[in-house]
Parts: sequence; structure tokens; C-alpha cells
Amino acid sequence: MNLFNHTPILILAVPLLTAFLIPIIGKINKKTTGILATLALGLSLIMTIVLAAKVLSVGPQVYVFGEKSSLLTLPSGLKFPIRIMFQIDAMGIFMGLITALVSFLGAVYSLAFLDNKDKIDSYYSLLLLLTVSMFGMEFTGDLFNFFVFLEIASMASVSLICYRGADLGEPVEAGFKYMVVSSISALMVLFAVGIFYGEYDVLNIAAIASVVKYSQLDKIALGILVSVLAMKAGAVPMHMWTPDAYSEAPAPITMILVAASQASLYAIFRIVFSMYNITLNTLAVGWIIIILGLLSMFIGVTMAIIQKDIKRLMAYHAISQTGYMLLGVGVGLAVLANPEALKDYGITAMEGGIFHIMNHAMYKGLLFLTAGALFFRTGTRDLNKMGGLAHYMKYTTIFFIIGAAAIAGLPPFNGFASKLLIYESVYKFNPLLSIIAMVVSILTLASFVKVFHSAFLGPKLPQFKEVKEVPRSMVFAMAVLSCIIIFFGLFPDLIVKNLVHPAVMSLIEQLQYTGTVLGGM
Amino acid sequence: MREMSKIIRNVTNLVYGFIIIFGFYIIVHGHLTPGGGFQGGAVVASAFAAMLISYGQLNTKKFLNINIFSLLESCGLTMFIGVAFLGLGTTFFYNFLANSGSWFGNIVIPGINAGDMNTAGVLPLMNIAVGLEVFSGLGIIVLLMADGAEYTKKKEKAENDR
Repeated sequence: MNLFNHTPILILAVPLLTAFLIPIIGKINKKTTGILATLALGLSLIMTIVLAAKVLSVGPQVYVFGEKSSLLTLPSGLKFPIRIMFQIDAMGIFMGLITALVSFLGAVYSLAFLDNKDKIDSYYSLLLLLTVSMFGMEFTGDLFNFFVFLEIASMASVSLICYRGADLGEPVEAGFKYMVVSSISALMVLFAVGIFYGEYDVLNIAAIASVVKYSQLDKIALGILVSVLAMKAGAVPMHMWTPDAYSEAPAPITMILVAASQASLYAIFRIVFSMYNITLNTLAVGWIIIILGLLSMFIGVTMAIIQKDIKRLMAYHAISQTGYMLLGVGVGLAVLANPEALKDYGITAMEGGIFHIMNHAMYKGLLFLTAGALFFRTGTRDLNKMGGLAHYMKYTTIFFIIGAAAIAGLPPFNGFASKLLIYESVYKFNPLLSIIAMVVSILTLASFVKVFHSAFLGPKLPQFKEVKEVPRSMVFAMAVLSCIIIFFGLFPDLIVKNLVHPAVMSLIEQLQYTGTVLGGM
Repeated sequence: MREMSKIIRNVTNLVYGFIIIFGFYIIVHGHLTPGGGFQGGAVVASAFAAMLISYGQLNTKKFLNINIFSLLESCGLTMFIGVAFLGLGTTFFYNFLANSGSWFGNIVIPGINAGDMNTAGVLPLMNIAVGLEVFSGLGIIVLLMADGAEYTKKKEKAENDR
């Protein structure tokens, strides 16, 4: 038995087993559950890195469940795959790396953040389930399996959003809102999957991609999938759940929820690029995605400026940053059918959009963690009640400056690298879009200057005399994210060339995706 | 929730065991007849719901314990994923027991037959795991909902008294 061949499934199976064991172990000793969850997520982070090295050097990997060999995609001479399989290409593993890193750091941060709560075992169990479902959404090659993982993600996140308690009221309201939104989106996804199954009798994404015709039914399915997944990703006309859910969840969960909404974003890209590709009207669908992005960018940031609650403000910024990803990838999609424009600026725009996904997960995670650190010590999220905290919390202040500079797109940090890629390439497509993106970036800077001033600067306040620096595990999680932000900012070329470019190419080249399952069709 | 009349309680006493046995029958025959782990588990949980309705919340708590249910639930889930792990010699979820001649390992006769229980490999094991998980999970849900109803009633009463 060679465990190395089973890395794609072990990445999910180890946290899943731990998630189910934790309630039993929690009956004996509650304190060990946190350490156990952290170890499981650490193991799955290591395995993800090993798998990433394999995918990027060898090529896309498949893993077929329950078959005699994990590589046998077409058993008994069939023309189409019948078993559930994982299909991991450069784009999937790119998202997998984000998920693994963010959830591991979230678990480490939670060790100190939730020290005295009595329901700690169910917290870690749900955190592991959420991580597993995100991995599943990113790795799966089967549309129905994607729906199952989407449902698991929704259920786990709803309970985690309400984790702070039913007595407080607000977390439960946020959780209920998210439950309604995610139930609707999951049912609509199921409806779209039903359309595909009725039309083509297959559920495998690659198999659908090889026969899809862009008929009237396919158009309906595409519309449903793009709109409900954009809803789960928090794009603007459907963004009402985001501020509530992000601000009421515990800080490490908010960080993981950001990655979970990006998994939905990934699903949009996967469906549009790998399933439909050039069969669809790329210009029209591209513009729809661009307009979704523009709305998210602009409305998100203008709503953020007026917020007084620090986590709510950051949640609106999360919406606004999602817009950048949609803009970059939307421009890439709009010129997909035009090889010259694609080569000229389309690929660069997509690189910017995809690179921004990772950057956003890192700096927005860091910002939410600093907000959590402030809440941990001061007990409030209201910016008007804070002040002078830089005197007491030196590390948190430095981490906040790094995160704020990165989200505003200041040069030595990673936000600048991806935003510059987007500005330059989108300018060639349509100058106006680029100008709007820059204005949004400036507004982002303005609102974070406000947060920095009202939370950290000013004289020492008497009510915060007892405040001191947060515990070590929280500092560790924030420090790791800060190091990654600075590293990505200093060497963006390294990341774009080795991680982002293969991911973009695996999206654009549909045959590479279908070929791994169906052979050289 | 108060306890109901004597007729209802006696009928519950009569059917309680039969409902549970029927539920387990559906669970273990999951690979042969319609139904399976989830459906059988739901049938078993309906016995708990009948008990809760007829005997009231406080009396039911003497018989049904949430802690034991949650332990059983975790055991069921761990068993499911554990069986999947055992197939890891070939692939995850591999049906290593089918046609092996040992547990649940008889070869299935094609065509019309009487239905041999001892077939299908790991499927019955997984059905049992799912059944365990579902009846204890639904049991917890039913008990917690009764608790929640009681809590709301108390709160409303306190507000009316004020």
C-alpha cells in the first residue's frame, strides 16, 4: 500500500476522520480537541503542498473512488465516467493551497481565542467539516458531488456563525440569513445539475464539457449557476448576507468563510471556463461577470466607508475585493474567443484576478484576525469606543498596518502586485474599467486610514488600562500571514510564474481538463 | 410538553418496540430492499418522537439521554469513514469484502433470487453506520426541539406575568 498515491483523498479524509473522532474525545478531555484539530489540519496542509508539487510538475491528477485503481477513469470500456472522482488541476490545487493554509492558521488562532468556552469540541468538529467541504468543492470532478460539498459547507458555516450563542440574538439572525441564502442557492444548484443530467445523462464535469451544446436549457442552467454561486461568493446584488455573517462569526471563522466564498467563486470560473468554454457567447457572459465585478467593487467600498463596526467595515471590503477578481477573470472570459486579444492582455487580466484570490485570502484573513484580536482584548467592535490601542498592542498594530497597506494596494505588499496586473491589462480592454478600479482602491485606502486612526492612534484611554498584547498562538497566526503578504509582495514574479500562470492556463485550455478523464478526445 | 392520556401512552408502549425493530430491519436489509441506513434510522427516531409526545418531555428524559445519543452518533460517523479507510489498500471506499467469501462476501446470483443477506460487501456495514448516525442524530434533534419549546413557553409566561 503506497500512501503517496492516495494524497488527493487523504487531504480530505484525515480532517474528516478527526472531525468525527473529536466529539468522542471531547467527552474525555475538551482541551485536547483543539490540538488534535490543529494537527489534522497541519497534516493536510503538508499533504496539499506535496500534491501541489506533483500537480505542477507532472500534470493534473485524478482519483477515482472505490475502483480497482485510483487512475481508472473509464472502467469496463465505457465511453463516459460512472464513478465519483477527484480531478485536481493547477487551478484546483491553487485554491486547495489557500484553503489548507487559511484553515490551519484559523485553528491555531482559535487555540487561544476560544480558550474558556464549553462547546469547544463541536466548534473544532464543525471547523474541520467546513475545511473538508471546501477542499471537496475545489477538488471534485463531479457536479452532483460538488452540490453535496456545497451543502456541507453551508450547514457547517451556519452553525459556526451562530457559535457565539443563541442568547445574543444577532449571531442567530446572521446565521438564519445565511441559512436561507445557502439553502436557496444549494437547491438552485441541484436544479441546474438536474438539467444537465436530464439533457446529457452524465454528471462528470469533463464528460459534460465534451458534449455541451449551449442550447436553451444550457443557457438556463448557466444563468442559475452563475447567479447563485455569485450569491454564495457575495457579489453585489446578492450581497445582503455577507456583512452580517462575516461580522457576527468568530474572527478565525470569518477568515475561513472568506475562503469558503472564494470556493464558490472558483466554481463559477470552473463552470464557465472548463465546462462551457468557447461554446458560450463569451463577450456577453464576460460582460455580465465584469458588471457584477464593477458593482461589487464600487458599492462594497462606498458602503464600507460609512461603517462604524470594524468587522462589518471589513466585510464590505471583502465584497469590494471580490469585485476585482470578477473583473479580472471577466475580462479574460470576454476575449476568450479572440486569440490575439487573449494573448495580448486576456491572460494577464486573468492572472491578476486569480492571483488576487490568494492575496485577498491572505490580507483579508490577517485584517479579520487583527479585528478579532481587538475584540478579544477590548470586548467591543465599535470604532467610536476604541482608541489609543497602539500603546498596548504593538504587534497587532504592525500586523494591521501590513494588512491595510496590502488591501489598499501600496507597493511593497501583495495587493499591489495583483492590482497592477489588473489595471494594466484591463486598461487595454476598456480604460474606464481600469479607472473605476483605481478609484475604488483609493477609497479603500481612505477607509482603512479611518480605521487605523480611530482604533490605534490617539492618547491612552482609561478604560483600556488592562489591555495587553494577545496570546502567542494568535500572534503566530497573524505573523505567518504577514510574512506571506510581504513575501508575495517582494517576489510576485515567482508566484505568478509558478502557481498562477499554470492555474490560468488550466482554465483556458479546456482540452487539458477533459483529456485527463476522457483520454485524448 | 405534558404527558397525554392513558390510551395514547398504552398504545405507545405496545408499538414502541415494533417500530424500532422495523427500523432496524430496514437498516440491515438496505442492500436488498427499498430503504437503507437513512430511512431505517428515521423510522427508529420516529419511535422516540412518539414516546416524547405521549409521555411528555420530562418523563422522556429518564429514558433517552442526549449524551449517549451524541456518543452513538459519533460512533456511527467514525465507523462509516473507518470502513472507507479500510479500503485504502486499493482505493478509498473500495468494496474489499464483496465476493471475498467472508463477511457479507457471498457471490450474488444473477436474476430472480430469494435475496441473500450475506452479500454486497461493505454496503451493509455502511448502512448500519448511517442508520446509527441518523437515529441518534434525529433523536437529539427531537429532544432539543422539545427543550426549545419548553424554554420559549417559560419565557412567554414570564413576560405575561410581568
